[in-house]
Amino acid sequence: MIGDITLGQYYPAKGILHRLDPRIKVLLLMASIVLIFCTFNFYALGIVTALVIASVIMSKVPLKLYLKSMKAIIFVILLTAVLNLFYGAGEPIFEWWVFRITRAGIHNSIFIAVRIVLLVMLSSTLTFTTSPTDLTDALERLMKPLGIFKIKTHEIAMMMTIALRFVPTLLEETDKIMSAQKARGADMESGNILKRIKALIPILIPLFVSAFRRAYELAMAMECRCYQGGSGRTRMKQLHMGARDAVAIIIIALVTAGVVLCNIFL
Amino acid sequence: MDFIETRNLTFFYESEEDEQQNNVRNVLDSVSISVKQGEFLAVIGHNGSGKSTLSKHMNAILLPTGGKMYVDGIDTSDESRIYDVRRKVGLVLQNPDNQLVASIVEEDVAFGPENLGVEPEEIRRRVDSALKAVDMYEYRLHAPHKLSGGQKQRVAIAGILAMEPDCIVLDEPTAMLDPKGREEVITAITRLNKEQGITVVLITHNMEETVGCDRIIVIDDGKVLTEGTPHRVFSQVDRLRRHHLDVPQSTELCSRLSAIGLNFSNLPLSTEECVEELLEVLG
Repeated sequence: MIGDITLGQYYPAKGILHRLDPRIKVLLLMASIVLIFCTFNFYALGIVTALVIASVIMSKVPLKLYLKSMKAIIFVILLTAVLNLFYGAGEPIFEWWVFRITRAGIHNSIFIAVRIVLLVMLSSTLTFTTSPTDLTDALERLMKPLGIFKIKTHEIAMMMTIALRFVPTLLEETDKIMSAQKARGADMESGNILKRIKALIPILIPLFVSAFRRAYELAMAMECRCYQGGSGRTRMKQLHMGARDAVAIIIIALVTAGVVLCNIFL
Repeated sequence: MDFIETRNLTFFYESEEDEQQNNVRNVLDSVSISVKQGEFLAVIGHNGSGKSTLSKHMNAILLPTGGKMYVDGIDTSDESRIYDVRRKVGLVLQNPDNQLVASIVEEDVAFGPENLGVEPEEIRRRVDSALKAVDMYEYRLHAPHKLSGGQKQRVAIAGILAMEPDCIVLDEPTAMLDPKGREEVITAITRLNKEQGITVVLITHNMEETVGCDRIIVIDDGKVLTEGTPHRVFSQVDRLRRHHLDVPQSTELCSRLSAIGLNFSNLPLSTEECVEELLEVLG
């Protein structure tokens, strides 16, 4: 059961979005997020919504998975929508006690709700269509310019890679330790919350000890393989930008232009 | 000078407490051995004999506290050449889980050559040929945690192989594996030695694994107890037993039979040899 957790929610499929350069995907996602929050009228919002729907369809990921990621934040969406409803200037349409709803309030609450939905959908397309390794790879390369601020970008990416590698191993280990403690009579399923938290201690301590031992051994194995940090290191996988990446950039550029025009003229 | 040579290699773990009490114990005590190019050498000894410590000297993970260790003529204490040593001698460790860095097999194998700054196309070629050499090519896109122990250990060997070392040292590579995984690993390293001429140093306490090697060095209590061909070493059944070391099962069987009066021309090492010898003696 515990091993079923999938990381980054990557969904392998043969969609065109899967084959885009991960760096481009990350950059375009960031641009699109800015775009989502720069829509000031319904026409602009419509264009961005069309973009998101198109990418959801092109991702070839079942809609069910998107709805699942939506479910987790439905409460947040409703709360912000309701709160925004009551914060609007102008002539009230409806007034009762301290609550007043204005036309601007309704406008705001619709906008904020749609924006959050779009944001989550679009971010999900990135994590659904990009494997965790590709993602760390892309982030390492995109972060490279930060090196001039003495940020150790290679080390950060290396840590992410190792963390991803060891999540399943440590999950498996947790499972084993839990079984071992149960076999010794540990009770993890009954009692109040405090008692259950206490029951975790005999699981966490062996897990930590073993994680440190693994870290020590892994460090030695990496030394055996001549690891000397990021300098002088090459990569087997080279990321190549192709025609489809150019098309993606052009599409986002056109959408941006559309949104700007809508904001100004309509 | 042979490919790997030690001269009175001595090693102890330094701790202040021990020094004050003046009871520093040498893990390795004046060991002088050599490994020839292209040889398949097995180092045996029971737990705590110092055999693992010896293996970690061979690629400069540990440095001698006394004596010298030479790899292809390079003194491993020379810190400026530490990566030359590690490039020539690759070390495979016991636990395959704790040696794999990346979450895709081929990316893990690429880790070594990437560290060496090899060109991308050349890395690709090395990764493919290393994975083929250990028969793991069709698993190149798998996640390591979904492989069996024997497969993981073979990926670890491929990871070292991709750095194109002259020699591979394996520190009890089969200790955590089931019999099937054990056989896979031993077959793979035997093939590397025979087909690619890579020098292999196999550290083990499983005597059956040493049957196919060229030479055995027995380490006990930090010292070299005896060395020679498998036949020569395992013919000293009583001596090995006095030092709490086993011999292969077939050797054990025939040695006990000879104790009750059967005469063997030489003690067998493998099941096949054993059958032959028994047929000759009994029939």
